[in-house]
Amino acid sequence: MIAHSIFFYTFSIIAIVSAIMVTASKNTVHSVFFLILDFISISCLFIMIGAEFLGMIMLIVYVGAVAVLFLFVVMMLNVAQQKNQWFSSEESSKHIPVGLIISTLIFVELIIVVGGWKYKPDLFDINNSIAINKVSNTHSLGQVLYTDYIHIFQISGMILLVAMIGAIVLTFRKREGVKTQSYIKQISRERSDGVSVLNVESNKGVKIDD
Amino acid sequence: MTEIGLGHYLTLGAIIFSIGIIGIFLNRKNIIVILMSIELILLAVNINLVSFSIFLGDLTGQVFTLFILTVAAAEAAIGLAIIVVYYRNSGTIRVEHIDELKG
Repeated sequence: MIAHSIFFYTFSIIAIVSAIMVTASKNTVHSVFFLILDFISISCLFIMIGAEFLGMIMLIVYVGAVAVLFLFVVMMLNVAQQKNQWFSSEESSKHIPVGLIISTLIFVELIIVVGGWKYKPDLFDINNSIAINKVSNTHSLGQVLYTDYIHIFQISGMILLVAMIGAIVLTFRKREGVKTQSYIKQISRERSDGVSVLNVESNKGVKIDD
Repeated sequence: MTEIGLGHYLTLGAIIFSIGIIGIFLNRKNIIVILMSIELILLAVNINLVSFSIFLGDLTGQVFTLFILTVAAAEAAIGLAIIVVYYRNSGTIRVEHIDELKG
């Protein structure tokens, strides 16, 4: 069990320090990198306590998709050089006491809840534990996910679809002055739009473009 | 170095949650960092759900962590799209300048 404690403290200290650095670092790109480090160490913790599938999914979704999305936006918007100091500007100084008080209160409340939980060990039901049966974590999660929670699973797919459509609609813009092919215009052309028969008299030209 | 139990994981979740709250309150410069703080808060919620699920032997917590992961990814995509549109319209994403709604 000593190795378990050492790994837990290592990963959690890395996670906490990188979470602090996410909010405190001056460069936004550095904040994104610390966010990636935070996700990686938390997913290591997940794998360590036996939730392997969720640890891997967190690596794929957060590190592979969300953090790269953040990185793209930070680089696209050219805000990496905007300084991100807390304590220097006039505006931020009046928010610091309020933020510190509220977050300390929330932390104390959560710790009180954890302490209250620790002194009530009757709720632990070790016999029902997942670790006892031989099925792997991914297998048992799949058995639950596709039977009992199938509707919620499909609804979460719909949420992803709506988010994708929303992101595309929000960032879509029509550019002016770009010559592209318009199939609708090409197909809906009539003969009368393109060709006109004129009676040309001899020795007189025809005025085009009238 | 006692044995690592549920309380340790819940304390870790509480610490990360509070850091996320501090990040939202104290950051007045850059709205992308506020979005990252929201991701930290969702991560703390995930830690709580997974540790309860493991220590109580009930898979429901891990299933709901999966759904929270989905919602967090959708939220990040929509939030970043809104930030991109706002930056295109106003040329800045500094938090103290975003006061058009006069809230």
